[in-house]
Amino acid sequence: MLGSGLIHGLAVTAKNFVGSFHDPARYTTVEYPEVKPKVPENYRNFPFLVTENATDPMGTLRCVACQICEKECPPQCIYIEKSKDKKPDATGKLQLYPAVFDIDTSVCMSCQICVEVCPFDAIKMDQVFEIATVDRFSELLLDREQLAKPNTYYHAIHPTEAAEVDSRLAAEWKAAEEKAKVAAAAKAAAAAKPAPATAGTPVATPQPPATPRVEAPKPPAPAA
Amino acid sequence: MTTAATTDGILERAPQLLRDAVTGFLPAPWQWLANSLIGIAVVLGVFGLLFAFLTLAERKILGRVQNRPGPNRAPLPFLNIRSYGLAQPFADGVKSLTKEDVVPREADRVLHFLAPVALLAFSILTFAVIPFGRHLVLVELDAAVLYFFAAGAATELAVFMAGWASHNKYALLAAMRALAQLISYELPLLLSWVPVVMIAGTLSTTAIVDAQAGWTLGFIPQWHVLTPWGFCGFVIFMVAALAEANRSPFDLPEAESELIAGHLTEYSGFKYALFFMAEYFGMIALSGMAITLFLGGWRAPLPFLEFIPSFVWFGLKLGALLLGFIWLRATFPRLRMDQLTRFAWKFLVPLSLINLATTAVWSLSAGWSGPLQLVRWAVCLALVVVPFLALGRTLSAGVAPRTYRYAPS
Amino acid sequence: MSTAFFVIVFLTLGAAAVAMVLRNLIHSALLLIASWAGIAAFYLWAGAEFVAFAQVLVYVGAVSMIVLFAVLLTRRSRADLVVSRDTLGRGVAAMLVGGSVLGLLFGAVLSTRVVAPPSATPEISVRDLGAQLMGPHAAAVLVVGVILTVALLGAVVLAAVDRDDAGRKTP
Repeated sequence: MLGSGLIHGLAVTAKNFVGSFHDPARYTTVEYPEVKPKVPENYRNFPFLVTENATDPMGTLRCVACQICEKECPPQCIYIEKSKDKKPDATGKLQLYPAVFDIDTSVCMSCQICVEVCPFDAIKMDQVFEIATVDRFSELLLDREQLAKPNTYYHAIHPTEAAEVDSRLAAEWKAAEEKAKVAAAAKAAAAAKPAPATAGTPVATPQPPATPRVEAPKPPAPAA
Repeated sequence: MTTAATTDGILERAPQLLRDAVTGFLPAPWQWLANSLIGIAVVLGVFGLLFAFLTLAERKILGRVQNRPGPNRAPLPFLNIRSYGLAQPFADGVKSLTKEDVVPREADRVLHFLAPVALLAFSILTFAVIPFGRHLVLVELDAAVLYFFAAGAATELAVFMAGWASHNKYALLAAMRALAQLISYELPLLLSWVPVVMIAGTLSTTAIVDAQAGWTLGFIPQWHVLTPWGFCGFVIFMVAALAEANRSPFDLPEAESELIAGHLTEYSGFKYALFFMAEYFGMIALSGMAITLFLGGWRAPLPFLEFIPSFVWFGLKLGALLLGFIWLRATFPRLRMDQLTRFAWKFLVPLSLINLATTAVWSLSAGWSGPLQLVRWAVCLALVVVPFLALGRTLSAGVAPRTYRYAPS
Repeated sequence: MSTAFFVIVFLTLGAAAVAMVLRNLIHSALLLIASWAGIAAFYLWAGAEFVAFAQVLVYVGAVSMIVLFAVLLTRRSRADLVVSRDTLGRGVAAMLVGGSVLGLLFGAVLSTRVVAPPSATPEISVRDLGAQLMGPHAAAVLVVGVILTVALLGAVVLAAVDRDDAGRKTP
């Protein structure tokens, strides 16, 4: 009958109208900026540097200024200057640290290659998108202090990734500790035995810890 | 305005009493002038505000139908309180007033200025004969209905003036199309109220409302819409009113994708707002006339509800019709020019002519007694429904129901 | 003969006169429409409401559309909308023709016996008008209806699609 389709259409719009008051499926607007949208866990924007704790960010950066991310970055937006001295890292080993670590976010294309190649899980992708500024040159170039964020923050934005990284790092440190203990015990045993026989021989130069921190080729971080 | 009878309630007489309190001290000849001016000011004020909030209601309702909130951010000025969008119409008014008024260099300046003015003037003129309440009609004319549609017909001239004065061939083309639409739908519009005049025996709006008094069986109002010919006439009137007001689904003349904005292309700022004001006033006036002709005007639907003042009933009915217009806009896609004109000439005009014949049958059989009344109803219903189905079938001949290959059913 | 009458007369005749003088054809058409509206005002002044509204509905609402469509659809370019300058021959011919028509009208008006109007203007309601139209003057109404229907059918036929011998459609 002429008009039956019209009546059906009217019923559909009426259902939508009434439903928009009580049914969330029929009212999908997120009233930004009063209500922030929930971003998916795998959402990424620009990188940030992970620090072990928030109280001493510059002292606990995981980054050792190996400059791999700087060389791998396609638009070359990372600028790193190594430090002159060394600081002990989480396992106590002395490492370099970045004296200058700048990322130009006006150039960065969020490809996360820097995250994929970092051997130390030091740089990860952040999720902040409200970064509009009025000065492109001074405010979009982020330096070390602005990029450093604690591991707790990393857990907050990428829980699954952070949990995986933490468990892997903890396992490695544990393995490193075990090896160090075994080596120290062996060394102590070796030093104790030939000590009376070779008292006159020149003492061997103190060697660095026989077990450097394990650098197994990391699988690509399970991001994206 | 007519004088109130003392038997009416205090609420009913409130407008009269207010007006007399204000002008009672004037000498007699000036009182008529003052009363008229007050009436005009009240109509302009009330319907101006109604226009403003109608635009807001439309946007909010359209938004809710489309799963979004509609405007809800315009804050009250100087207070910065978001008021669910209630300040939006005033924000729009300020915006349209402060926008630059661009007139093309080659345009006919006089006509370019006159077109929205003429359109608005004729649209507002139509409010003069609508009875808003028992004693609330601005002018009581013997040929009121004809006056209403004469003033409405004169608005078409302003559409042409707008298209011509823009010195833009697309605007002119669109103005011609708009005129074609308006002329095509004049005929069903006028033919749909001729049955009402036939039954009521008068062209005066107040008398037509009086002809719809009383209740059959004590609770069914004797409104014209509750008769077979009246229902058909009401539906035809509403469809033609949609087209006359350039309202979706007949908004081809002013759609943004149609030749830019049709005849309104070269208008900006306040003149553009005036065009939309005229369109909304036309919508409100046509709804008011539909209420007067078919829905019993200011009459209450049930006898025990008569304590509610008549202008409140008119307002409720007007609100219902306007919400219906908005609902139709939210639902239906736009009609193409040829679909539009075909619908008018091949469907509405024959249907309204047959409706006229049905009304004649109804009128002549008014004196039938008892069970023959059922026969009368059956005959008139058949005379309305059968042509509707037949015409609908011929109009959609060759058009099969649409099947979708990929949509989940 | 009140001031309202003179104002209406001045506006109506003035609009018609200016419509003759203007160069722009569309402006002339619009002023002509204004003079028709003036005639409607005259009917209102004379108390013939129904005729006044019918005049607005028919002339300003419909005949104006016809005039404007005709003007626009028969001009090939915008230049055609400017009325060409008048020549002396045209002026003389206009004077002769116009003068003779005016003489005829004046003669007719002056030779008619004007009956004094009744003291009270008769209030003719629309109902009485309708009864008169459908009663004594029904034949005239029917003839007018037939003429209009024929005109409408003729317009439809003229605008209909023509099929030439090859079967192609030509609008």
